[in-house]
Amino acid sequence: MQTANKFSVSRYAPERGTMAKLTSRDSVLRRLDWPILLSALALSFIGALLVWSATRNRTQLNQGDPYYFLIRHALNTGIGLVLMIGTVWLGHRTLRGAVPILYGLSLVLILAVLTPLGATINGAHAWIVIGGGFSLQPSEFVKITIILVMAMLLATRVDAGDLVHPDHRTVVKALCLAAAPMGIVMLMPDLGSVMVMVVIVLGVLLASGASNRWVVGLMGSGAAGAVLIWQLGVLDEYQINRFAAFANPELDPAGVGYNTNQARIAIGSGGLTGSGLFKGSQTTGQFVPEQQTDFVFTVAGEELGFLGAGLILVLLGIILWRACMIARETTELYGTIVCAGIIAWFAFQAFENIGMTLGIMPVAGLPLPFVSYGGSSMFAVWVAVGLLQSIRVQRPMSA
Amino acid sequence: MTNAPETGRTSRVRIRLVIMQVLLLSFLCTLGGRLWYLQVRNGAEYYHEAKSNHVQQVVQPAVRGSILDARGVPLADNETRLVVSASRTALMKMKDKGKGVLTRLAGVLDMTPQDVMNKVRVCDSQTPKPCWNGSPYQPIPVTTEATTQQALQIRERPEEYPGITAEPTAVRRYPAPGGANTGQVLGYLSPVTDDEIQKAKNTNSPLLRSDQVGRFGLERTYDRTLRGKSGVTRYEVDNLGRVMGQAKNDPTVAGAHLVTSIDARVQGVAEYELNAAMVEARKQIDRNTGVPYKADAGAVVVLESKTGRVVAMASMPTYDPNVWVGGISGKDYAKLTAKEANVPLMNRAIQGQAAPGSIFKVIPTAAAVNAGYDFDGDYPCPSSYAIGGQVFKNFESQGHGNITLGRALEVSCDTVFYALGHQQWIKDGGLHPKKPPAEIFYKTAHQFGLGAETHVDLPGEEKGRVPDRAWKQKFWQANKDMWCKSGKKGGTYVELLSYENCLEGNLMRAGDAINYSIGQGDTLVTPIQMATIYAAISNGGTMWNPTIGKAVISADGKHVEPIPPQSHGKLPMTEATRVKINAALEGVATRGTAAWRFGGWPQKQIPMHAKTGTAEVYGKQTTSWFATYTEDFTIVMTISQGGTGSGASGPAVRNIYNAIYGLSMSGKQDTEKAFLLKPEAKLPTIGPDGTIDAPDIKPYVPPSPEDLAPPALAGPPAPPAARQD
Repeated sequence: MQTANKFSVSRYAPERGTMAKLTSRDSVLRRLDWPILLSALALSFIGALLVWSATRNRTQLNQGDPYYFLIRHALNTGIGLVLMIGTVWLGHRTLRGAVPILYGLSLVLILAVLTPLGATINGAHAWIVIGGGFSLQPSEFVKITIILVMAMLLATRVDAGDLVHPDHRTVVKALCLAAAPMGIVMLMPDLGSVMVMVVIVLGVLLASGASNRWVVGLMGSGAAGAVLIWQLGVLDEYQINRFAAFANPELDPAGVGYNTNQARIAIGSGGLTGSGLFKGSQTTGQFVPEQQTDFVFTVAGEELGFLGAGLILVLLGIILWRACMIARETTELYGTIVCAGIIAWFAFQAFENIGMTLGIMPVAGLPLPFVSYGGSSMFAVWVAVGLLQSIRVQRPMSA
Repeated sequence: MTNAPETGRTSRVRIRLVIMQVLLLSFLCTLGGRLWYLQVRNGAEYYHEAKSNHVQQVVQPAVRGSILDARGVPLADNETRLVVSASRTALMKMKDKGKGVLTRLAGVLDMTPQDVMNKVRVCDSQTPKPCWNGSPYQPIPVTTEATTQQALQIRERPEEYPGITAEPTAVRRYPAPGGANTGQVLGYLSPVTDDEIQKAKNTNSPLLRSDQVGRFGLERTYDRTLRGKSGVTRYEVDNLGRVMGQAKNDPTVAGAHLVTSIDARVQGVAEYELNAAMVEARKQIDRNTGVPYKADAGAVVVLESKTGRVVAMASMPTYDPNVWVGGISGKDYAKLTAKEANVPLMNRAIQGQAAPGSIFKVIPTAAAVNAGYDFDGDYPCPSSYAIGGQVFKNFESQGHGNITLGRALEVSCDTVFYALGHQQWIKDGGLHPKKPPAEIFYKTAHQFGLGAETHVDLPGEEKGRVPDRAWKQKFWQANKDMWCKSGKKGGTYVELLSYENCLEGNLMRAGDAINYSIGQGDTLVTPIQMATIYAAISNGGTMWNPTIGKAVISADGKHVEPIPPQSHGKLPMTEATRVKINAALEGVATRGTAAWRFGGWPQKQIPMHAKTGTAEVYGKQTTSWFATYTEDFTIVMTISQGGTGSGASGPAVRNIYNAIYGLSMSGKQDTEKAFLLKPEAKLPTIGPDGTIDAPDIKPYVPPSPEDLAPPALAGPPAPPAARQD
């Protein structure tokens, strides 16, 4: 932020001192969307507590250090904040020019996962182990690049005033560009991430103003594909059972059914006010697997109760609601599309993640934005927050 | 302010953004609603589920109470042993069903792998013993006798012995103080079965999977008292069963101690002497069969005459009760149940049924008086009694002229009782009674407690049998088909017998009544029944329920609950009759059939009373019976296929009395050496810390042959005439 010459809110604004820039009526700080930032920070803070509670007894995971995950979660949040600031500083428009490079980079990264550099964690070959206990999940960043690359393609001619809505050729191009990384992620196989990406694509198409035929067609072909897979018997029975176990845990009592059941017991036992932090028997007893990542919401449910878990919903709601407002306020289609992609991403991932712990969605390995432990996911969502902020900061001031 | 083009907002995009917002809102509402449903509406249900999810019960078995003798010497207590157990659930999870682990374990324990595997298999209808008949979810003891070395080997390398534990555990012990093994009286323990857990579930003493329950003897009768209450610690555990903290606890209540009236010293002597008498009998040639006596079984009961408390109770053949501890091995079990072993688990003092022979005669004597005969009248005692071509001989065909009933008891004259029994039979209407027969001789036997339990505080007591007309009818109903099939007129003896039985086995024949009059034929009694009767004659007529338990004392010695003796009636005779019978029985010991065994006995100081009996059993050698009493003690001994009453059992009974009173064969009393000048009246004291104040016990030293030599004063051994039983 010190490098004031680069940090320009508007290229046409006269040069001013750093302090003046930060405090003036049109300053970055004033134009930031504080509800989103504070909600995201609050979620990360709650997440840190929940991750801590879930892991302080898991000695085989935390290498004997009860603070291991707490510290790392805080560190991830810090890095995420820096990434957000960097994003706001660069500005989404600057990034727009770099989208082809980012897109190429993310393709390289996910292709690297398929090489011997990749590692399998929890059944998904979706990781690159960096060393020193760190690993990267490129599919998290691919979510961003898909949004950016599609937004760039779909908005360019509209924002230039050539078209009212993106034409079919542009839509096809955008879909192809999105399909390439999604296909690779499908190979890993990281179906959860693919599901998120499909929803992102849907959100992006919706916001782009693309013809209804595209939207309906995409949804229709998705449904037809699912029916086809079901009917053709591509999946083994156990795979179907695993999918359906969220509704009927008896279908897979030792696997997914166990998770779902224990998660439901954990959340249900929390009652209105919860057992108190660190006092949940399901959590301290480690009855819920993957509790610091995919099932982190169960810690909130058990130890913080309806009030605490509800607060997480409210905070997520604030972020999404504000993001919708930003999408509606911004005048360029590019920003609107980026916002919509992020909304679709956050909303679906949160709904799927919380929904599976509540037993109303099938179990899929997706983190809860800001709350779940995991560096890649944390970085990606904070970059997304940075994009939202940037779009808001650079929106036209109402006169 | 901005160069952003204003073209990005079309109505289509705006509408779609609103739709997205609405969708978002509905998603959030769905999650919130579901959250409320789970947490607030059904929260209580999940709360209980979570509770049961993470609470594990750990059972600390209560230390079982000891079984003590009258002075506090432990007959059954506990010792700490290194017990190696295997968890079946852990073993079954392994690929080879634990075979590898058990084989390695067998190596450490110096056992064969097969033995170890047999121990941990679960009993079912197809599995032969040994097998585990407790819960399969409970650790199964492989051995209770691991050495420290072996336990360390197992504990130091848990990765090589998954599912195996080696821990110090309190294990039942039957120390047999002074050689008093007391096996059948003490009984044994074995693991509780699922069935028993189910049954005890809603009682006030529920059983836990790890419990051992008494299966026989005192361990069974006083099981609840001795067992105490297992403590349950409820731990909060995690998904792998690791302990996170403690929840509610139920404290352990140690089992109470059972003080018995058994005197370990007398018990030791009784066991030794019974065995010695049987060994000696096997050296004697049976004149009837021409081969040595088999002496295959025997029993002896020592009662306190005035209370019916059991001072000693021995049964042969016997066994070491310690074989049951930690699960019986296949070899031991085979040995115990082998045919040659002759059921050592049976307590013949209360379960052995045999015809009583002449020790029965006190009953027809009382019956005769009750039927109106004069005790001191003249009754002919010819050498034989004949009816309808059948001749019933007196023992050794001796005649005594006209004698009183008292003298008939002393010399054990059969023919006197034959005549009385026959007369009563005729009076009752003979073969075909017109009106309901009085059956005074049989009724009196019932009044003496025969054909019924004495209510001794041991499980499995047998009732014996009074062969009256009702029994004959019932027995015939049950067996006539078999008799009629195998019976043959003019066939072998057995075929002839079956033929007769088929025709009129339901009828009381004259011969039946005559046999019954001297305790022969179908009459069956147990030693404890006869001991109860003779003790009653001694104590003025009260038939006490024989009791072994004397008091229950809590583990800390604070609560003492005496077990008062109870009676099951009075003898069916007047005091005058009892005095006369008592005098006659003293005559038996001084000048009658038992006199030759009581040479040198200090009759004035300690009046001895006795009755001998030699019961004939078809196809077997005679049963030896010997019933005796003093003012304070009653001893009844029997040896199956052992010979005559006084002959086989006499010396043993005399030696037991000598040991109790501290007497030598010449009648000299050494009160220092005496075990019990009077029955033990005090209860042992148990300290608050559980220490039991008990004297040391030395093993019984049998009298040397010189001691056994008849004293000079006693005169020559009695002539054969006196050995008439």
